[in-house]
Amino acid sequence: MLAYILGRFVQFLLSLFVASVIVFALMSVLPGNAAQVALGTNATPEAVAALEARYGLDEPPIVRYLDWVGGMVQGDFGTSYVTGTQITPVIVDSVQVTAIIVVTAIVLAVAIAVPLGTFAALEQRNWVGATISALSQIGIAIPNFLAAILLVMVFSLTLGWFPSQGWTAPIEGFGDFLAGLVLPVVALALVQAAILTRYVRSAVLDVMREDFIRTARAKGLTRTRALFAHGLRNAAIPVITVAGVQLATLLVGAVVIEQIFVLPGIGSELVRAVANRDLLTVQGIVMVLIVLVLIINFIVDLLYPVVDPRLRNAA
Amino acid sequence: MSEPNPRDTVATDPAAAAPAVPERRRRRLGAPLLIGGVLVALIVVLALVSFVWTPYDPGAVDPAARLESASPAHPFGTDRFGRDTLTWIMDGARITLLVGVVAVGIALLIGTPIGILAAVFAQYPWGGWIGAAIMRANDILLAFPALLLAIIFAAVYQPGTGPAMAAVGIASIPGFARVARSGTLQVLGSDYVRAARAANRSPGAIAVVHVLPNIAGMVIVQASVTFAIAVLAEAGLSFLGLGTQAPVPSWGRMLQESQQFLTTHPELALWPGLFIALAVLGFNLLGDGLRDRFDPKMEVR
Repeated sequence: MLAYILGRFVQFLLSLFVASVIVFALMSVLPGNAAQVALGTNATPEAVAALEARYGLDEPPIVRYLDWVGGMVQGDFGTSYVTGTQITPVIVDSVQVTAIIVVTAIVLAVAIAVPLGTFAALEQRNWVGATISALSQIGIAIPNFLAAILLVMVFSLTLGWFPSQGWTAPIEGFGDFLAGLVLPVVALALVQAAILTRYVRSAVLDVMREDFIRTARAKGLTRTRALFAHGLRNAAIPVITVAGVQLATLLVGAVVIEQIFVLPGIGSELVRAVANRDLLTVQGIVMVLIVLVLIINFIVDLLYPVVDPRLRNAA
Repeated sequence: MSEPNPRDTVATDPAAAAPAVPERRRRRLGAPLLIGGVLVALIVVLALVSFVWTPYDPGAVDPAARLESASPAHPFGTDRFGRDTLTWIMDGARITLLVGVVAVGIALLIGTPIGILAAVFAQYPWGGWIGAAIMRANDILLAFPALLLAIIFAAVYQPGTGPAMAAVGIASIPGFARVARSGTLQVLGSDYVRAARAANRSPGAIAVVHVLPNIAGMVIVQASVTFAIAVLAEAGLSFLGLGTQAPVPSWGRMLQESQQFLTTHPELALWPGLFIALAVLGFNLLGDGLRDRFDPKMEVR
């Protein structure tokens, strides 16, 4: 068990290292250089050289890479060449907003998908199951930004129940905070719930065919009771895997939702940095997102043996 | 479809089994395949027709006909410059299909051989680590979702259709590699490959003669699903202003430009939104239908 955790941790660190090299390499192959990009094409060579010297851009790539990674390990993402401000506070502030939205969304998605998918599997042969399957198929086809626009049209512009944009920090007013959270979270959660419902349904259907369910039924349990007593835990593994992937997808997918609802999340900062050609900030935010994705994958790996005791010894 | 299928070899009486096959195939041409096929065909026809005919010139600005609702002259209405929405939807279908075809092409042509190689190497005692290394690299690439990679490309190069296609294609390589690897492992474990090996067939010949035809179905399914992802990613990127740039019509940018008219002219958002959803639904259903057809044992993967 300990060997399994250690093995996964080493893999996690290795992935982290490779990902940081890829991100750094991608940003360093930029045609022209970062200082020139930041100052614009009219800048004099002296001004470019001065900016390069100021931010250490004239150092060889390996030194810059080590500087960058070394700084990040200590929680310092450096100073933006474009705005001249520290990048770390920007990331820390914005990642909290994104985390609140994304975590709420995945919780909501799981809360919708698990009962709905289980129900669809149990009612597989009649119109209820078929309707749930068809609805989830349509839900998958709707991009989250389209869902967001439709929600704004109905619940904000027509009914006026929720604000169409903006963010209130929880301390400034908890009611406003919740009201502003509803539409972005629902927009993100609906689509993911549709995808997850299909996986839950298929996982439950697979489990229902297992021998231990037949045994439980032979002992006199109803289908539903057999499922709840023995089946759901076994169906959890594929569902956890997908939910983990979805959480990672949501982190990045939230970029578009944050733009629509004008939320100060990490996606908005990323888009702004791209527009400003602020490469060091882009580099930092991308790295934070990838670290979060890798952490989610790592946690999902650790959850397997917790959910399924058979994997503890196998691992 | 005459390739040896291990499932069909169970049939004892060839005469009795022969008519059963087409009958079973016909039954499986179910609703998903049919609806998916029709939707995809609709998008393809829209794009093809747009090359020879559109109701108006996509660039034609008509200040007198700004923000018109649906009418016989403009069945889908007009946008803030008086441009015909139907024309833009038709032209936008081109970009949607172009991004899908190029992205799927990149991912398929790189990912499938990688997956086959990883599986083939895993068969040899000296090659196990190569197969493992390939799949590890694959997993790391998985940490770069398509949208994120596309944003990085837009930051490093100029935002545009090209970087968007490349990014979505590269980000989709791991999916193809995984499918190809697991399919290849399955085929390599079969009796007929063992027979081919005993007959001293080279690994390359086995890969071409036995593996490729047998994993083709799974790869096509993956292509269809990836196509849907590419359509979504292109729309999302163009929505952010990081994808297809003006003046080339794109559904994602139409949706983004419609945002300021949500209160007064919601149909400006509904048309591009509807077609994005139809395209994604079409390719997803097509993938589902094909999966049922190629592998009846597999439900949702």
